[in-house]
Amino acid sequence: MLRVKNLHAAAAGHEILRGIDLSIDAGEVHAIMGPNGSGKSTLARVLAGHPEYQVTGGEVLYDGQDLLAMDPETRARLGVFMAFQYPVEIPGVNNAYFLKAALNAVRAQRGQEELDAVEFMTLVRERMGVLGIDEALLNRPVNEGFSGGEKKRNEIFQMAVLEPRLGILDETDSGLDIDALKIVATGVNAMRRGDRAFLLVTHYQRLLNYVVPDFVHVLAEGRIVRSGGKELALELEEKGYGWLEPSYTEPSAQLAEALPRRQPVGG
Amino acid sequence: MSTSTQTIEQLASREYKYGFVTDVEQDAVPRGLSEDIVRLISAKKQEPEWLLDWRLKAFRIWQTMTEPTWSNVRYEPIDYQRIIYYAAPKKRPTLQSLDEVDPEIRRTFEKLGIPLEEQKLLSGVAVDAVFDSASVATTFKEKLAELGIIFCSFSEAVQRHPELVRKYLGTVVPYSDNFFATLNSAVFSDGSFAYIPKGVRCPMELSTYFRINAKDTGQFERTLIVAEEGSFVSYLEGCTAPMRDENQLHAAVVELVALDNATIKYSTVQNWYPGDKEGKGGIYNFVTKRGKCLGVNSKITWTQVETGSAITWKYPGCILMGDHSVGEFYSVATTNNWQQADTGTKMIHLGKNTKSTIVSKGISAGHGQNTYRGLVKIAKDARGARNYSQCDSLLIGDQCGAHTFPYLDIKNSTARVEHEASTSKIGEDQIFYCRQRGLSTEDAITLIVSGFCKEVFRQLPMEFAVEAQKLLSVTLEGSVG
Repeated sequence: MLRVKNLHAAAAGHEILRGIDLSIDAGEVHAIMGPNGSGKSTLARVLAGHPEYQVTGGEVLYDGQDLLAMDPETRARLGVFMAFQYPVEIPGVNNAYFLKAALNAVRAQRGQEELDAVEFMTLVRERMGVLGIDEALLNRPVNEGFSGGEKKRNEIFQMAVLEPRLGILDETDSGLDIDALKIVATGVNAMRRGDRAFLLVTHYQRLLNYVVPDFVHVLAEGRIVRSGGKELALELEEKGYGWLEPSYTEPSAQLAEALPRRQPVGG
Repeated sequence: MSTSTQTIEQLASREYKYGFVTDVEQDAVPRGLSEDIVRLISAKKQEPEWLLDWRLKAFRIWQTMTEPTWSNVRYEPIDYQRIIYYAAPKKRPTLQSLDEVDPEIRRTFEKLGIPLEEQKLLSGVAVDAVFDSASVATTFKEKLAELGIIFCSFSEAVQRHPELVRKYLGTVVPYSDNFFATLNSAVFSDGSFAYIPKGVRCPMELSTYFRINAKDTGQFERTLIVAEEGSFVSYLEGCTAPMRDENQLHAAVVELVALDNATIKYSTVQNWYPGDKEGKGGIYNFVTKRGKCLGVNSKITWTQVETGSAITWKYPGCILMGDHSVGEFYSVATTNNWQQADTGTKMIHLGKNTKSTIVSKGISAGHGQNTYRGLVKIAKDARGARNYSQCDSLLIGDQCGAHTFPYLDIKNSTARVEHEASTSKIGEDQIFYCRQRGLSTEDAITLIVSGFCKEVFRQLPMEFAVEAQKLLSVTLEGSVG
């Protein structure tokens, strides 16, 4: 589904990503871990097309298409969703209205008809039930006055409604208490399917207790320095990031290729 | 350069959508202004002697006045002798139905997407279409007449209800009021008149679409609305104008009178030609709008969405004379490219326990300059007066400007006056967030701006709010830097 090859990216003239290789197939959950400043969030934002970052080299194929050539809204409509680390407030714009506009933009891309108000509300209520989200949230302005936890839950809720093929979670777990974390994890687990993949960007191993990844990659100084299965996260938890030195590791893509792949399940 | 900036710049190159000229024969008076021209206009309209005298008094005062320069707008001097002060379509049919309207005019309305018949069917709006200076179509008159409501062109009111016109004309905006209002008083061509009798709730929105069409013809409408005791009326004014090279002066006067327990809602969507991307051409909109809450518990609400004009210079105000009377002002003013707006309101509290609310939303983009100027005046005897003002500015890009000049003049110690102001910027982050959810940059800006303007749009009648939102997005196309 996603093939990242030797990706380089910079922001304000500073190179942040220095050659990322990453392969994600449908049905897989990949976790990207790493110390602060390693480039984890940059990778997520570059994949989503954030205008602050300039791609300076490499390529990204999404279903065989050149992802980097697409504008952000096209990526979103083709099923790339990013849950923001800092969800943005849009004062005065009703959350339900915003979500309906987004959903209909995505549906139009898929050749589906727009949902009317009744169909939309039916869908939304069902998804809210899964995530235990209060209906009052729908009528509040997008993220305005939301607590940190509410913002993050709102991101997962949007993801549940928009049903992306690739869900990128940019440090969604940071700042969440254990209950909110479980809700987020429940939402992601409920969405795991054979034709959908996730990229979880996280600083802590904690989230991975609830959303068990198929692969874990460690980023340092803009490169993947280590890849492994879910046990790598536990190892990191134990030893910290200090023991990983970029120069001693094998090229990550080769390592990833060598690892056993989980077979996509039907769905 | 970011992709969103590029997209926005592509959008910026779009032309003014409503810029076209309709070819209808014009019956115009010669260029320039003199006592003879004033007499000629009055004669063409077969006006009574008292009205001619009123015009002449205004003209003589106007000759002694100088154009004001205190506003925060810049423009080339206007040559008042180059303006044609009166033009009416030559064919003046007596109409039984809309089918009899000049096909050219019908096509114009259709191009604007507001065919009269559709207006009738869809929105239940009686439309008094001012095409240039004279009314060419008036609908729903009979239905309104059953309730005793008078809704007609100003000229017709002068002929058929002279006593009402004479009683109220100039009682809110006197002919000596200010340079532009005085000019209007001398040469006004037409406009609308509405009278709601005692205890009647007007069952439909009264609506007028103004349209400046004749080349070099300054428009000088005059509107007068009188709401008798316990009556209610909602009046809509909306307009678009064709593309022009030369600046066109528009100096209208609107007077509202609300008697005891009466309510007048006056809503405007203004979308006149703003000039091209370099700031060439465009309408000068120098308007005097004022309402008088004459009776106890009376209420006047001004709602305006100003998206057009090269220069907008207007302060719809309320004189709160009646005890417990209420004045409200809700405004969205946008300036893009080289547009300038100096707008706001005046709330003059004279009666006891009078209340006013001001909500002003200024949006600046491109090189636009947006000024809020408001006066809240609380007179010595106005015990228990309250005012709440909120002025928010939204900046799009870094070439534009927002300015706020709130004047407070409080003469009574029991007054409670609150003022809040904020300035914010549409962030790249907000736009990116929307785009990441699948919305285009254009839709993202529309969404963010409509959220910003929500409190004002809420005041507009439903179908008008939709139109206002559309105009806003057209106006702001090509604005983020």
